[in-house]
Amino acid sequence: MTAVSPPSRRASAFFFRKPKLRLGILLSAPLLWLGLAYLGALAALFITAFWSTDVFTGKVVTDWSFDNFVTLFTDSVYRTITLRTVGIALLVTVIDAVIAFPMAFAMAKLASPKAQRILVIAVMTPLWASYLVKAYAWRTLLSGNGAISWLLSPFGLSGPGYGVAATVITLSYLWLPYMILPIYAGLERLPDSLVDASGDLGARSFRTFRSVILPLAFPAIVAGSIFTFSLSLGDYIAVKIVGGTSQMLGNVVYDNIGAANNLPFAATVAIVPVVIMLVYLAVVRRTGALNNL
Amino acid sequence: MKNRKTLLAGLCGVSLLLAACGTSGSDSSTGSAPGAQGFTPPKLAALTQLGQPEGQLNVLAWPGYAENGSNDSKINWVKPFEDQTGCKVTVKPFGTSDEAVTLMKTGQYDVVSASGDASLRLVASGDVEPVNTALVPNYNDVYPFLKNKAWNSVNNVAYGIPHGWGANVLTYRTDKVSPEPTSWSPMFDVNSPYKGKIIAYDSPIYIADAALYLMAHQPDLGIKNPYALDDKQFNAAVDLLKKQRPNVSEYWSDYLKETQSLKNADAVIGTAWQVTVNLAKSEGAPLGATVPSEGATGWSDTWMVSAKSQHKTCAYKWMDYIISPKVNAQVAEYFGEAPANSKACAEMTDKTLCDTYHANDAAYAAKIQYWTTPIQQCLDGRTDVKCKDYGDWTKAWTEIKG
Repeated sequence: MTAVSPPSRRASAFFFRKPKLRLGILLSAPLLWLGLAYLGALAALFITAFWSTDVFTGKVVTDWSFDNFVTLFTDSVYRTITLRTVGIALLVTVIDAVIAFPMAFAMAKLASPKAQRILVIAVMTPLWASYLVKAYAWRTLLSGNGAISWLLSPFGLSGPGYGVAATVITLSYLWLPYMILPIYAGLERLPDSLVDASGDLGARSFRTFRSVILPLAFPAIVAGSIFTFSLSLGDYIAVKIVGGTSQMLGNVVYDNIGAANNLPFAATVAIVPVVIMLVYLAVVRRTGALNNL
Repeated sequence: MKNRKTLLAGLCGVSLLLAACGTSGSDSSTGSAPGAQGFTPPKLAALTQLGQPEGQLNVLAWPGYAENGSNDSKINWVKPFEDQTGCKVTVKPFGTSDEAVTLMKTGQYDVVSASGDASLRLVASGDVEPVNTALVPNYNDVYPFLKNKAWNSVNNVAYGIPHGWGANVLTYRTDKVSPEPTSWSPMFDVNSPYKGKIIAYDSPIYIADAALYLMAHQPDLGIKNPYALDDKQFNAAVDLLKKQRPNVSEYWSDYLKETQSLKNADAVIGTAWQVTVNLAKSEGAPLGATVPSEGATGWSDTWMVSAKSQHKTCAYKWMDYIISPKVNAQVAEYFGEAPANSKACAEMTDKTLCDTYHANDAAYAAKIQYWTTPIQQCLDGRTDVKCKDYGDWTKAWTEIKG
């Protein structure tokens, strides 16, 4: 065997001897992506937040100042909008968790393996339809002449109309699959033997649920909540379609880009959800939810 | 440790790049001697002669201004233009003037149908250039009272070709609103009987509608021009809108969304364009529309050419085509506005339309308060006070919506 080995063989031998180089080359592309496209964009956002615009011509003036942040913190309207947005996001998360848990439980523990597959597909089908179609469908449903008012009218009630309530309903609908799937995944991993053991030890079903199932499924619920919470926090389309006169943080960002052409202030406002999410993630990290994603 | 340094260097690189991009715009118009309108536009030359059509044209237009058959297969005045000139047209509709201004900054569009609240901003930022009206033969037939106005010219240099004009009308469901309104009061009265059923326009420029109302109802404020508001007048208008907000069901910037609301009677009264009223009526909604006793805000639109346009010959051909008598008549009829071309009235299918929209009535045209960009220098000629500029209007608008 005096023949020279082929180049590919030599290359793999070379990389085998240099594991660190191998790892470096493998990771360089994703790291570049993360560094430039992702963190770079966030850094650019943060820098822009300290600039301002010439209101008339709309050009960005690159003078450094804290003016945008001062406006953000002193104008009560932005506080109101932030609180409203966080409130909507929390409400959507709670509603989704309450609806999703029994569904996910039935899917993971009660359904046959074949039914499980069908149910997972059924939960995912709404994700295949366009966001806008679903939001406009809710606009039609919630209209004064819509199906919801028609259903409620025999009881002397009327629909919620357009507003915060309509926004919460629409967002809860839109993000529900993002809550069901993580909880389903979490519950599926929960061994049946634990439930059986709890029963053998004399616990009734509610006690089993409270002391065994819920604590073990909690990280999965939190994992789902990261989706529903962050998606609601950044949303501005649903509230534009069914929100009536109310606006969320996303609308302020959108209006400052689209209407006011004030990119720097939009960047300042956009930092708010980033900070809220960082706080949220720091809190939920302790539950182990991040290992569940 | 080494990796972290590399990452940092990368970040700095990105931010430097951004900083460099950002500063390129600071050679702006804030030069010394301001012109009659309070600013000096960047020096840009108009086209001197037409060349060969470039085969392509990107049009940024108000909905209904450049129909290509996508809304109604019978309504298509883009196709004949393409056949005539070989310029393939791409149309992008926009919902508010602010959107148009932002989109024009991308430099992707060759022509834009700008209203007065957008045009001066476009001129000041150098996004549009002066037009050589000699290259637009149909310009000769444009009503003189639309030429060289504050919103389409600067220091008597024309920046565009007038297209048409009209009022932001008060529209109402004839089956739900009685008696027929003759004033804006049902919109602004705190105790309006149509609480929660009011629909209002979603743009900072809507503050002018409140100012117009105050002109008639609170004369002691001394508002002469709803786009020239000092502190006190501005605060009064903003207050009025804040009081209106609980009564508003929705703010609209998408005219199709408004059409739907009026059709379903989720809103029964509101500000609208004639095109919205026509569209909702054609879909069976019982609607009326009027210019109330206080007058109305309105638009006088101008086709402008992007300074960055790569298709200027096509752009000039488009401007000449879209205000040619026949096409100008079609657009005016479809949108519901007065045409700019004096020969358009003869081409209308409905001969009464020009009377309805007071097309050749300069006195009526003067009564409408056309959208204009508010600037610090008061547009009504006052020099003893500073007026609120558009930036203030935008901030206030966020506050009004709460």
